Amino acid sequence: MRKNILLWAGAVAVAAAVVGCATAPTDVEVSRRAAAVLKDSFNAKGQAGLDRLDQDETQRLCTQYANKPLPKDVAEMIEKLNLASIKWPADGKWLGDWKNGEKIAQEGRGKQFSDDPKGPVGGNCYACHQLAPQEVSFGTIGPSLYQFGKLRGYTDEIRKYAYGKVWNADAYSACSNMPRFGHSQILSEQQIRDLVALLMDPESPVNK
Amino acid sequence: MNIMTRRASVRVAIAAVVVGAAATVALAQTSAVEEIEKYRAALQDGNPADLWEARGEDLWKSPRGPKKVSFATCDLGQGPGVVKGAYAQLPKYFADAGRVMDLETRLVYCMVTQQGYTDADARKNPFGGPGQKSDIEALVAYVTSQSRGVKMNVALDHPKEKEAFALGEKMFVFRGGPHDFSCATCHAETGKRIRLQDLPNLMTVAGAQKAYTTWPAYRVSQGEMRTFQWRLNDCFRQQRFPDLIFTSDASIALTMYLAHNANGAAFNAPAIKR
Repeated sequence: MRKNILLWAGAVAVAAAVVGCATAPTDVEVSRRAAAVLKDSFNAKGQAGLDRLDQDETQRLCTQYANKPLPKDVAEMIEKLNLASIKWPADGKWLGDWKNGEKIAQEGRGKQFSDDPKGPVGGNCYACHQLAPQEVSFGTIGPSLYQFGKLRGYTDEIRKYAYGKVWNADAYSACSNMPRFGHSQILSEQQIRDLVALLMDPESPVNK
Repeated sequence: MNIMTRRASVRVAIAAVVVGAAATVALAQTSAVEEIEKYRAALQDGNPADLWEARGEDLWKSPRGPKKVSFATCDLGQGPGVVKGAYAQLPKYFADAGRVMDLETRLVYCMVTQQGYTDADARKNPFGGPGQKSDIEALVAYVTSQSRGVKMNVALDHPKEKEAFALGEKMFVFRGGPHDFSCATCHAETGKRIRLQDLPNLMTVAGAQKAYTTWPAYRVSQGEMRTFQWRLNDCFRQQRFPDLIFTSDASIALTMYLAHNANGAAFNAPAIKR
């Protein structure tokens, strides 16, 4: 009798497993599988190690919600997490040299496996943004930043915002397309100051 | 293409740069974009990819490898040796290999199983460079040219085909690396540019069709005929990812996602691009 029950239980378990196989894998299962297959599909090369495929919490959540609306609470959580990671300049100086900032904005190299790890490393800002009007070869993935300071006012509040935004864009807009230049150690503190100057110095061509 | 008109337009562009006002910048940029379009149109007159196609046809028909056999017995999905229209239905599941394969993966498979190459030898030279010709690129140029005008028709019948598509769809939005980039960062909105380069929105049918049906392509800036495997590898390089392994499962899954999204459009490659 007991044996029969066990047999029955076994049969039910097998049936459940078969049904489980026949149904489509869940979204989470496909995501996990995709991440695992990606990990097996790359070789480390140059400065680009396989650890670049290990997602942090922000990357994981932004991937998870890529094809659906980002829930408000998740967005707030991501922004809070990233805002907390910003390292503000110890001396409270937001502005560097806009001329260096322009060079950094033009420079597209940095962090690719084909790039020299010793540099140069730039922000490649023109790939996505309009900045100085002299440069007509600009992309449109991000908004135009022409007259950034002139339109918003040359205030400490906006200087701080510009610094924070370049340091970690996700602190202000969860799952932004913009890299977290300071947070991910792409650009140095001084390079970010120089970019803030490009945006906020009244003498910068961006504000002419 | 009127050279005088082109020079005049370039002068307008330069003048606008000097003046530097916002309105004239827009004008200069429109002009620059138009010039690039004219340049692309002019390129269509003669495509050096023809040379890769001719070499590829020769490679396809000649006895090769330790076993000295041609690709006449290689089944690209339409029967042994059939190249006509084969690429328009790839990637697909191959029962003999037990996996989904794109063209490059299938060519390597035939080189190993039929021509007697080692796996390492078959895949050692996937992309050409200075002083280094790639047989794979030439074979791809020939095989793809035999699907010119054929409507893309990539099936999702076999469970493994469905799985590859679903994985490719997820990989397309996978964020990683120091820059947080995914394929979708650049290819999920319509009408966007990187610098002056138009970006296809690969998540729309129209965008996927336009992009996928024009690869492989001869790249003027590189002097090379580039395959879709190369296209994916170089996108990931710019995404700051590591080196995408040639014919890896991820490369096939992404190809499946994009190729299937291009269904219904007439294939039109090898093309020529800047």
